[in-house]
Amino acid sequence: MSFIVIAVIVLGAIGLVAAIVLYVLSKKFAVQEDPRLGEVAALLPGANCGGCGFPGCGGLADALVKGADAGSIDGLFCPVGGSAVMGEVADLLGMAVANSEPMVAVVRCNGTCENRPKVSEYSGLRTCTAMNACGAGETACGYGCLGCGDCVSACQFGAIYINPETGIAEVDEEKCTSCGACVKACPRNIIELRKKGPKGRRVYVSCMNRDKGPAAMKACKVSCIGCGKCEKECPFGAIKVEGNLSYIDFNLCRLCRKCVNVCPTHAIEAVNFPAPKPKADKCGTGCGDGKCGIRK
Amino acid sequence: MGKLIVSLSPHAHGTDTVERNMYGVIAAMLPALLVSFFYFGLGSVVVCATSVLACVFFEWAINKYMLKNPVTTVCDGSAILTGLLLGFNLPSNLPVWIILIGALIAIGVGKMTFGGLGCNIFNPALVGRCFLLVSFPAQMTSWPKSGQLTSYLDAETGATPLSVMKEAIKTGDASLLDRLPDSLQLLLGNNAMGGAGTIGEVCALALLVGLAFMLWKKIITWHIPVSIIATVFVISAAMHFANPVYADPFAVVLSGGLMLGAIFMATDYVTSPMCAKGQIVYGVAIGVLTIVIRNWGAYPEGMSFAILIMNAFTPLINTYIKPKRFGEVVKK
Amino acid sequence: MNIRTFSIGGIHPEENKLSHDIATVAAPLPKQAIFPLSQHIGAPAKAIVKKGDKVKVGTMIAEAGGFVSAPVYSSVSGTVFKIDSVIDATGYRKPVIIINVEGDEWEETIDRSDKLETLAAHPELTPEEIVERIKIAGVTGMGGAGFPTFIKLCPPPTAKAECVIINAVECEPYITADFRLMMEHSDEILVGLDLLMKAAKVEKGYIGIETNKPEAIELFERKTAGDSRIEIVPLKQRYPQGGEKQLVDAVTGRQVPAPPAIPVNVGAIVQNVGTAYAVYEAVMKHKPLFERYTTVTGKKLAKPGNFLVRMGTPMKELIDLCGGMPEGDNKLLAGGPMMGKALMNTEVPVCKGTNSVTVISGDEAKRKPAQPCIRCAKCVSVCPMGLEPFLLATLSAKKMFERAEQEEIVSCIECGSCQFTCPSHRPILDNVRYGKSTVMGIIRARNAKK
Repeated sequence: MSFIVIAVIVLGAIGLVAAIVLYVLSKKFAVQEDPRLGEVAALLPGANCGGCGFPGCGGLADALVKGADAGSIDGLFCPVGGSAVMGEVADLLGMAVANSEPMVAVVRCNGTCENRPKVSEYSGLRTCTAMNACGAGETACGYGCLGCGDCVSACQFGAIYINPETGIAEVDEEKCTSCGACVKACPRNIIELRKKGPKGRRVYVSCMNRDKGPAAMKACKVSCIGCGKCEKECPFGAIKVEGNLSYIDFNLCRLCRKCVNVCPTHAIEAVNFPAPKPKADKCGTGCGDGKCGIRK
Repeated sequence: MGKLIVSLSPHAHGTDTVERNMYGVIAAMLPALLVSFFYFGLGSVVVCATSVLACVFFEWAINKYMLKNPVTTVCDGSAILTGLLLGFNLPSNLPVWIILIGALIAIGVGKMTFGGLGCNIFNPALVGRCFLLVSFPAQMTSWPKSGQLTSYLDAETGATPLSVMKEAIKTGDASLLDRLPDSLQLLLGNNAMGGAGTIGEVCALALLVGLAFMLWKKIITWHIPVSIIATVFVISAAMHFANPVYADPFAVVLSGGLMLGAIFMATDYVTSPMCAKGQIVYGVAIGVLTIVIRNWGAYPEGMSFAILIMNAFTPLINTYIKPKRFGEVVKK
Repeated sequence: MNIRTFSIGGIHPEENKLSHDIATVAAPLPKQAIFPLSQHIGAPAKAIVKKGDKVKVGTMIAEAGGFVSAPVYSSVSGTVFKIDSVIDATGYRKPVIIINVEGDEWEETIDRSDKLETLAAHPELTPEEIVERIKIAGVTGMGGAGFPTFIKLCPPPTAKAECVIINAVECEPYITADFRLMMEHSDEILVGLDLLMKAAKVEKGYIGIETNKPEAIELFERKTAGDSRIEIVPLKQRYPQGGEKQLVDAVTGRQVPAPPAIPVNVGAIVQNVGTAYAVYEAVMKHKPLFERYTTVTGKKLAKPGNFLVRMGTPMKELIDLCGGMPEGDNKLLAGGPMMGKALMNTEVPVCKGTNSVTVISGDEAKRKPAQPCIRCAKCVSVCPMGLEPFLLATLSAKKMFERAEQEEIVSCIECGSCQFTCPSHRPILDNVRYGKSTVMGIIRARNAKK
């Protein structure tokens, strides 16, 4: 019987001593943390993607709290949470936040297997950086998507993937948080953060080829040849051609899509627009493609 | 004309492959295996065959059904090698069911839990052996005498040279050491005294032939085996001359699993350090630990534990001991 | 004979010197010659001709585009067809001058006679004049990297040159151009070495030759027998002995410290044997660098050979001289199999640094699939720089660049010994190269900030 008593006493004594030590230490070495820090961090998405430019959400929360104390949180923005989250954070800190439009990553290359024929075979480490160091890659285009998926491994949200049919990267708009990790990962800088646009409607040049027209066309059927037709057509001055490559400024573009129609190589993409009404609308229901099966 | 192939340099590759290395080590183990058939007969055949087949099976099954890997590491010989090494580390009268447990632990716990070939921290065969040693101490330390070619579980057992040395140290009676076979007998493995030891360690000469073969084929470098054997030899010589109750250095080096461990277990690629300097540090440390465990530990043999302990230090050695860089300025 | 070699690592790949005994022939003129403006390390040259201009052999068509740069000379006579961009050895489109060949008319200033001009006959040449003529003639390293030669002859004030080492090692498999050049123009090479020694103001010259070229060692030992300033150093066959740092180590026993140190920091100036010949021609014959010795080789080629090639000749024409491209999938390399550059098309022209056009065919052209690393440490034991390639590759792949910098990734000379020797066929150098270029970028950015 006595050994049970001894065990209880010994363990109890150890517990007591440990409790006292813990209590004393927690009082003596307590760290006073700004309570707002935890609250702000709780509002942030917690993905620690680094898209804001700080090391993780804790870093941004720290910067936000410090900024609020200093009187301004301008320039601090969580691209993942977007305006909604920043609004909540601003409310919490009693600050006003500049409204920022939602952005999305856009892959500016349409060099599918059909459009951009393979001219050689790559037999090395299958990462974009290694392939980029080796030369133009498997196609003759030295600017387009290499399709090895460095952006895919950089994305924490599973929002970008290599389409096995086209061999180029595609963005899942629903999942994309515009954190910009893919933009940094791409050795050819073909991914850009652009305004998501109303109902996701965007117009952009889906090509990065800066070669002269004939060379670009030889490498890829849908390359931008820098002809400048889009620049002339644009009523808003949103398009600039520099170094044989056209670029649409998304802040000026009003989505009129005139450039799309004049582009001789179909290098300008307009996405998420309703399909144009066919001239002979077979069914007359306005379904767009005449395949709905409803008789006129 | 076909397509042009592009890649970064180099565009040439040597003839070396993983398979060549693995099967090279297996080939180097063949002399010891054949000698063990000569000494232990049926028991050795059953134990080694069971161990190899079980290891290959577990490797295949775990890859296929648990990890859902495309099965790539079954044919490269690494599982066969682990199986053979495990078999070498067992007594020849061990029941099949214990061997199966050992193989499962070696492959399943020792290798696959860490991520398979190239990722394990500890030598899988030794993980299996040490698991069996602490789980089934009775079966794992009964050593059949050599020459019983047709017996398996029923083999007659006896004390090994190492247990005699341990006895001498414990009792402080140096005359016990007179029972030890002489060095030539230990080298060839035909010791008439008693239990011969595990399957693989019985004949030091056959193991040395394997070492010579691996050095010739450039499968391993000399650093690890030589540093282990030299360390053990030097320390045991010093101890022997200081106090004759410790056995003479030739007997220490030639008996037990020291040769097997130094040549085949400690030189395992995955679990040994990467640079020559580190390999020497690793070898010396294994030698010291082996002596310590043999002379003052609970077990008569310390090689397996010494290697496993140093396996754990390998990442540390790799971090702190670097090869000499080209053009490095030596600080005076 | 005291055979030396470098002290750390090294491998011995299969030699395949198929064209060892084949005498050099002059390759026919191309129909159209292509001159990349960037054939050297440093700033690209600037074109000084325009479409329609008439040029002769030896006419300058592009001037140096900066201090570290070199001019480009036409190797053919004819009309400038256009200034365009084509895919060159880098695999990207780069600016080039394309010239349509008409006849073969040389600039009058070039001395085309075979008479050997020795330095003793021209005591009036000052070191400065030699350097200036080398600079004007656009001579760059002929061994592959293509660093402008005159810069190596003007060491930074903190370093003092003590010797010139002629790199006649040719440790790359397949290539025999330097060997043929040595056998056919030994006298010119020795005058070239004299000139280099005078230009660098040193009294000691070494010629490092691997022992797989006994004829060359014997020939040069005979020719330099009476000259105590020049020493022929037979070297054990080992790759990458032709690397500057390895060669300095092998010949002088001194090791060049980690970057940014260069060989001249330990008193050595290393020049390729082809460069020595080009220096002779530039200084004594007033002939700018526009043709070179090139090996065209490959196991499946019908007739491998050595050619005196006008620069700008598309590689396809050279391969056709050797029996055409073999059937099936091939790898076309500018350079040898260890450090050569795989090309994306056969129209790439021969440049100043193209010492070989190598065709690798069949199974050898493709890499085998990579297996897991078994940590065999063979890459560590062969690394000539004493690095740990397996670790650098992993750190690069995991983007741990700070740690990679601590592990001295920038010391890597990209010789490929690690990948050559890896039993698991891992793409070690692909990863290390990525890590090295990223780390060098980080270091540059940090230095720029200071």
